[in-house]
Amino acid sequence: VTDPIQMVIAAVLLGGLTGAVRSGASVLYATLGELVTERAGIINLGTEGCMLVGACAGFGVTVSTGNPVLGVLAAGLGGGLLALIHAFLAVSRKASQLASGFAVTFFAFGLTALLGRPFVGAQIEGLGEAAIPLLGDLPIVGHILFRHDLLTYLVYVLALALWLFLRYTRWGLALRAVGENAAVAFSAGLRPSMIQYAAVMVGGVFSGIGGAQLSLAYTHTWVEGMTAGRGFIAVALVAFALWHPLRAVLGVLLFGGALAFQLQLQSVGTPVSPYFLDMMPYLLTLGVLLVWRQASACATPEGLRAIFG
Amino acid sequence: VNLSLNPSVIIQSSVARLAGAILLACAAFGVCLAVIGKDPFAAYSAILSGALGDSYGWSELGAKLIPVVLCALAAAIPARVGLVNVGAEGQFYGGALVATSVALNLDMLPGFVLLPLMLIAGFTGGALWGGIAGLLRIVGLNEAISTLLLNYVAVLLVDQMVHGPWKEPGGNNWPFTVEFVPAALIPAFGDWRIHFGIFLPIIGVAVFAYVLARTRWGFEMRVIGGNPEAGRWSGLPAAQYFLAALLIGGGLAGLAGMAEISAIQHRLRPGISNGYGYLGFLASWLSGGSPLGLVGACALLSIIVVGGDVLQVSAGLPGASVNILMGLILFCVLGVRRSGPSAKAAKAEPAIQTPPAGSPLDVVSAAVGIAPNASMAQVDGVHA
Repeated sequence: VTDPIQMVIAAVLLGGLTGAVRSGASVLYATLGELVTERAGIINLGTEGCMLVGACAGFGVTVSTGNPVLGVLAAGLGGGLLALIHAFLAVSRKASQLASGFAVTFFAFGLTALLGRPFVGAQIEGLGEAAIPLLGDLPIVGHILFRHDLLTYLVYVLALALWLFLRYTRWGLALRAVGENAAVAFSAGLRPSMIQYAAVMVGGVFSGIGGAQLSLAYTHTWVEGMTAGRGFIAVALVAFALWHPLRAVLGVLLFGGALAFQLQLQSVGTPVSPYFLDMMPYLLTLGVLLVWRQASACATPEGLRAIFG
Repeated sequence: VNLSLNPSVIIQSSVARLAGAILLACAAFGVCLAVIGKDPFAAYSAILSGALGDSYGWSELGAKLIPVVLCALAAAIPARVGLVNVGAEGQFYGGALVATSVALNLDMLPGFVLLPLMLIAGFTGGALWGGIAGLLRIVGLNEAISTLLLNYVAVLLVDQMVHGPWKEPGGNNWPFTVEFVPAALIPAFGDWRIHFGIFLPIIGVAVFAYVLARTRWGFEMRVIGGNPEAGRWSGLPAAQYFLAALLIGGGLAGLAGMAEISAIQHRLRPGISNGYGYLGFLASWLSGGSPLGLVGACALLSIIVVGGDVLQVSAGLPGASVNILMGLILFCVLGVRRSGPSAKAAKAEPAIQTPPAGSPLDVVSAAVGIAPNASMAQVDGVHA
């Protein structure tokens, strides 16, 4: 390819697709986490807060210890503990789940602003690119798929594992049963509230790790409120994915793609307004939800209908 | 015998529980402050004296109450028909956007024409944003998700305008519009920040309370929100109420946006909201839907917000850290609030078993079990 315009287009496409895979990873963690939570019949708008806590805890611990693995563990722990508050309120106290989720997000916003302040502007190595041998050397595919950080690879494996878990294991069946009809699950010998607790906390752990991917691997910084609504996007993407882990990957790549192409187009100086491009993920999600709303109504776990009619 | 079914006991015990929950949350936040080495008593006295200690504090509080109460109404009105409007933030920006276009393009008009036009524009912008969610709801898309997503679209639209076509020419490249002409500004009371826009929430709350308690509309709204099935059986036009509630709610949030740019900012720029839309949602939820509770909840949250500004200066804490206190208060209120014996009682009352004999609404009224002056606890079930 020698034509300069073609070269620019090729670069934008390559950069955009690569960016889609990497920038979508944090959202995919949160989406998978929220998917587990919702499959148990609980909706957690605190996903945004869990991501923030994960991003902050992961960054803070990495700065303090110099070890990003400890950072990721701290992020998962932080997200899980925050989700525990939501689980207690939503499951044990039967409180309004939407209000409780918002409360969790508000709390996390304040907590991370306070505890994260010493780390604003800190420099870290973080999680760098870890190209997979051989596969990473493939011409184009290698660049798009196999030259990322470890957390990015992990989340795509996680999506596949989650699908297998939900579909083929007893525990997956138990989780789905509780989300569809807790009373029936109870009469079949399951303990719905324990399973819901576990599901909400797993959701928090995933979201926390997603936050860590954002701060440790994607931006390498901590900024107050840096998740910028990714947790809420994740909640929307779960409905978009019709509560299916593999469709969640598709939704996240669309979302990540819109973000990444916007950055690419900006970098080559296209006259399209960046703010209009920034709107695309939100409008796209709305549009797809609108088109798929019939399917979505059928796929909604029965236990969510009461909250989320 | 379940004493708690007696309305007066319910009201007393829920007020006591609410107060207890708020005190518990304040204590927990105090412990947090002590842990990081700040004096909690000094912090609380700074918050209280900052917001309520002098005329400046009261004026700040009033200036914050205007958008918070309007945004709380934006959530509370749809909540009455069973909708979750978390989009007041976007509706606020929508109102600011349309009001700005009037202020910039019709700046030759005198104030007594321009300001009413801007009010209409602000209402229209917010109503447009809420109305989109209303239409989407009618075709079957959940409004909690759509309003949440539309928030981001509105914020970005404002960014686009102030970075693009509306950017002040020669203004050092700052992303904001030119300062509005004096005719486009809502006057303040004297030198204070509190301004004549205060009448907007006052009128809004009064009309809301009146419509809810005294009119057929208010009654039908409570039926649709409290017992949708009963609403359907008596042929109430739920779809029209959904759309109207989101149009009016959105419009009120839009008025908040208009008042904020016209009276406080004097121009449109990004980030004017300070999260007022989300605060409004929380206040509406805390209030359980009663107009008086709404004002109380807004006052509480606004004191915390004003107190946050004070803490930032006096204790050197990040301004956002009062969100911890906000979250703790909500946790405690959510944790102690009973799931509503009256709500259970209302549900336990069987739906209409026999064809309506008299006016359909009489039967619905009996079935829904909502008295005209529903108490906080009674509304709890409806709202949650």
